[in-house]
Amino acid sequence: MIAIENVHKQFGTLHVLKGVDLSVQKGEVLSMIGGSGSGKSTMLMCINGLEGIQQGRITVDGVEVHAKATDLNKLRRRIGIVFQQWNAFPHLTVLENVTLAPRKVLGKSREEAEAIAIEQLSHVGLKEKLAVFPSRLSGGQQQRMAIARALAMSPDYMLFDEVTSALDPQLVGEVLDTMRMLSKEGMTMIVVTHEMRFAREVSDRVAFFREGRIHEIGSPEQIFENPQKPETAAFLKSI
Amino acid sequence: MDYEFQWRPVLRSLPEMLWGALQTIEIAGLAMMLGTVLAIFLALAKRSGKKYLSLPADMWIETARNTPALFQIYMLYFGLGSLGLQVGSYTALLLGITFNNAGYLAETFRGGFAAVPETQTRAARSLGLGAVQTQWHIVIPQMLRAVFHAMTNQMVWSVLMSSLGVIVGLTTDLTGVTQELNVVTYRTFEYFFVAACLYYLISKAFTLSARVVAWRLFRY
Ligand SMILES: Nc1ncnc2c1ncn2[C@@H]1O[C@H](COP(=O)(O)OP(=O)(O)OP(=O)(O)O)[C@@H](O)[C@H]1O
Ligand SMILES: [Mg+2]
Repeated sequence: MIAIENVHKQFGTLHVLKGVDLSVQKGEVLSMIGGSGSGKSTMLMCINGLEGIQQGRITVDGVEVHAKATDLNKLRRRIGIVFQQWNAFPHLTVLENVTLAPRKVLGKSREEAEAIAIEQLSHVGLKEKLAVFPSRLSGGQQQRMAIARALAMSPDYMLFDEVTSALDPQLVGEVLDTMRMLSKEGMTMIVVTHEMRFAREVSDRVAFFREGRIHEIGSPEQIFENPQKPETAAFLKSI
Repeated sequence: MDYEFQWRPVLRSLPEMLWGALQTIEIAGLAMMLGTVLAIFLALAKRSGKKYLSLPADMWIETARNTPALFQIYMLYFGLGSLGLQVGSYTALLLGITFNNAGYLAETFRGGFAAVPETQTRAARSLGLGAVQTQWHIVIPQMLRAVFHAMTNQMVWSVLMSSLGVIVGLTTDLTGVTQELNVVTYRTFEYFFVAACLYYLISKAFTLSARVVAWRLFRY
């Protein structure tokens, strides 16, 4: 379980997260929607400790992310994250991109790591691209590779930060399909997205972010069909 | 002018000069490797944002880039000597060029590091790679590609700088050997002409091998 309690985050004088409370259960798919600059990306980066926090607490399966004693490198093995863009390591082939962390972080042998990588790359439909450099992949293929790379660490959680918003429209579908497949397999996911149809279809719950807080959270039916707050309705109408 | 060219003596001592050239290659190559490693640390120190790291790095870089290489080699030879650390002329030259290379390369690398997007570090750290692993596997290889051309130039510069060994009494590198032969034979022009040709060939050889290395390494 990921538990977020009263989290505040500031960049200097800019108060980005202003008391976020949220918990995500094992197996749940939570979508986060909200306007630009509302703090969604920042929230995700706080969860795996890429960003520090000024107040509050985030725990992942009982491990407090921002406690001094926490080994973040160890914690991050269990939390996969895929960003909006530039995820691929350009100097490594697709196969090397995916085997790097299992080898260097989990200490797996090359053979073991390659077996895992090939399995995950097949899973996302990239089995034919093992020896290719990322520059030869389409944006959608790069994003699927990034998903396979995260999955190769056998994470318990996957965080997605607008992974389709830098893609050409015709490439969005293949990436969403991959994520859909993951959700069916029971992966616990937090998905920041602007793809409302997708959010509605795969999420167990949807959280609307506004001004550094969760303004409204509920089932997709509630958020999309019957929002309780006028700001939620206004946001949904605006996109 | 009644200077008559005589090429026979210089051809006769060509083997000696080639041995000297070999040592020139050795010094320049070693100074380049050591300089590269040190430059990575200097560049990281400058990027660290920690005064106690960036200040010494800055002093190194500033001195290396803004004083004559000749002075730097001199200081290492006589300066270290006066501190009781007697170093030979070979070592002084090697350290001098290393010092100079490191200073210039550090500045180049700083630009190279800036060319590697922050997102690469973020992606690597999210996979559980540590800070050092991230530098080693992700950032430094990309940084080196960005600065490879500048490194090749520095390599050539390193070869040419090594000729300064003669001022601290080095007699075994190409310039040293040539100077020794010159003193005995007074065929100054012939000897230094051949030496210059050899320097040219060494520099070109380094440039070409760098191209081959780049072609092998940077296929992406
Ligand atoms: N490293 C940083 N330093 C300073 N300010 C930052 C930093 N990262 C983000 N911010 C600021 O924090 C605020 C929230 O940014 P964040 O990226 O979390 O928003 P977001 O909800 O993901 O927006 P978007 O939908 O545009 O991606 C923005 O005002 C942004 O400019
Ligand atoms: Mg964002």
